[in-house]
Amino acid sequence: MATTDTFYEAMRRQGISRRGFLQFCTITAATLGLAPGFAGRIAEAMETKPRIPVLWLHGLECTCCSESFIRSAHPLASDVVLSMISLDYNDTLMAAAGHQAEAILDEIRHQYKGRYILAVEGNPPLGQDGMSCIIGGRPFLDQLREVAADCQAVIAWGTCASWGCVQAAHPNPTQAVSIDKVIHDKPIIKVPGCPPIAEVMTGVIAYMLTFERLPELDRQGRPKMFYGQRIHDKCYRRPHFDAGQFVESWDDEGARKGYCLYKMGCKGPTTYNACSTVRWNDGVSFPIQSGHGCIGCSEKDFWDKGSFYDHVTDTRVFGIEANADAVGIAAAGTVGAAITAHAAASAVHRIKQRAGAQHTEDGQA
Amino acid sequence: MSMYTGVPTVKRTAVYVYQTPVRIWHWVNALAITVLAITGYLIGSPLPSLPGEASDHYLMGNIRFLHFAAGYVFLVGFLFRLYWAVVGNRYSRQLFTLPFWRRGFWSELVHELRWYAFQEPEPRKYVGHNPLAHLFMVVIITVGGLVMMVTGFALYSEQTGLGSWQDELFGWVIPAVGQSQDVRMWHHWGMWVIVVFVMLHVYTAIREDIMSRQSLISTMISGWRMFKDDRP
Repeated sequence: MATTDTFYEAMRRQGISRRGFLQFCTITAATLGLAPGFAGRIAEAMETKPRIPVLWLHGLECTCCSESFIRSAHPLASDVVLSMISLDYNDTLMAAAGHQAEAILDEIRHQYKGRYILAVEGNPPLGQDGMSCIIGGRPFLDQLREVAADCQAVIAWGTCASWGCVQAAHPNPTQAVSIDKVIHDKPIIKVPGCPPIAEVMTGVIAYMLTFERLPELDRQGRPKMFYGQRIHDKCYRRPHFDAGQFVESWDDEGARKGYCLYKMGCKGPTTYNACSTVRWNDGVSFPIQSGHGCIGCSEKDFWDKGSFYDHVTDTRVFGIEANADAVGIAAAGTVGAAITAHAAASAVHRIKQRAGAQHTEDGQA
Repeated sequence: MSMYTGVPTVKRTAVYVYQTPVRIWHWVNALAITVLAITGYLIGSPLPSLPGEASDHYLMGNIRFLHFAAGYVFLVGFLFRLYWAVVGNRYSRQLFTLPFWRRGFWSELVHELRWYAFQEPEPRKYVGHNPLAHLFMVVIITVGGLVMMVTGFALYSEQTGLGSWQDELFGWVIPAVGQSQDVRMWHHWGMWVIVVFVMLHVYTAIREDIMSRQSLISTMISGWRMFKDDRP
């Protein structure tokens, strides 16, 4: 595999005009929230820098990250990024198969030791010696550890790689874990979402190639530029939230008028992602715009946080399931009844004591 | 014979316990907690939708503003109260100290519990808090208050944004607990714990005022603890 030519050369070879190339650079700069001047820097980087090899591994996953990635909004974005990154190994997209495919992993590992990027879609199951995910006859965990050992940085695509997602949801029979539980010595960029937004994925890669460094990450290892704010903070229905106008039930007047979906359990206020700004499918829509609340798919363990349709969700601790409000109201009621009973008992007790004292005084007199 | 011969022995029947700043803090805090609990509940379960244009209303915005304002009052009050525990009288320190290792504390605690269970004819006299009240104050107001402030400001930091002082100081709480929804949930549980505490607190204060051997409610207004008898 040729990996020494520049991105620009690769793009021109694919028949993309210089005009189209510059358009892509401008859009990418805008997506990354950079000043207009940076479009030139992105173009320069792509014209001069050799492509960086990327190995894209698949563990326990559903391939929705790959599906999202190849549907980038700008018609060029996915093509460009695919050629940009010199995607040397991606078992969904590559032509090679079998031993021929697996040989590429070894080749890149040795040829570009410490210089390639490892992108991981899905995660490793640790149970049954990793037997729940076998690739090329070996547990995925072994492949992941080997390839990660010589990489420059790791991109954790999607909620699977970042947090564990559905296969790690309770009771997690295969003991699937997020990749940061097994890779400790490499920088990991978490790009959560089920799947992540295509423009977010291409944006993260374009940033890394242009500036040759990792994007700025938050405490949980997510790029701040896309995960720095909640869905709720940029939601176009936010004015209805602030006004106190909510959808009370599906198909009510509020639902038709596009009121806030908070009472329908929308997780926008607790979910960090770019859906309300970048949106999906070429900026066409996103869940809330389609009339359904956010389910919080880019948040840790979102499968285990109770119903998608409750805002005050159930608490699952010590094996019990309870809703804070239900328990709270019951507790307040019980304590209220207990107080009333205790007050009555106290009054009776006091009257008896008084009578006793009166009796004693009378006796003394 | 001393020079006091013939003068009636002065029995201590009143002690100045709660200094003015402590009393002001108590009532400000009570108001803040009331506002926090009501607005907090309404943030979790909002009022029925309002008709008309969104631009005509700011109901949820106002409710949230009241919650955050009362939260700041609670925080500033707590910090002030901590300062007063240092400079105030010995009773002002009870809120932040628990005589955990003093055996007498636990036996007196049992005695107080027996008094509430009608197993003792009368309670003991205390200038400051009785052991049961003392334990509750430390656990609910100090520990519980800290939990509510830390989780509350962590949630508040979500809107002030990355890099804000709220985020710098409290933002770590969210990944430590799990995710935003978890912090919300525990903050919500905390509200119910405090609601139940307030019910018990108001009831026992009224009951003790009537049935114990010392004043309770008037003490938090005037600062003076009045004892109803001179027996030890």
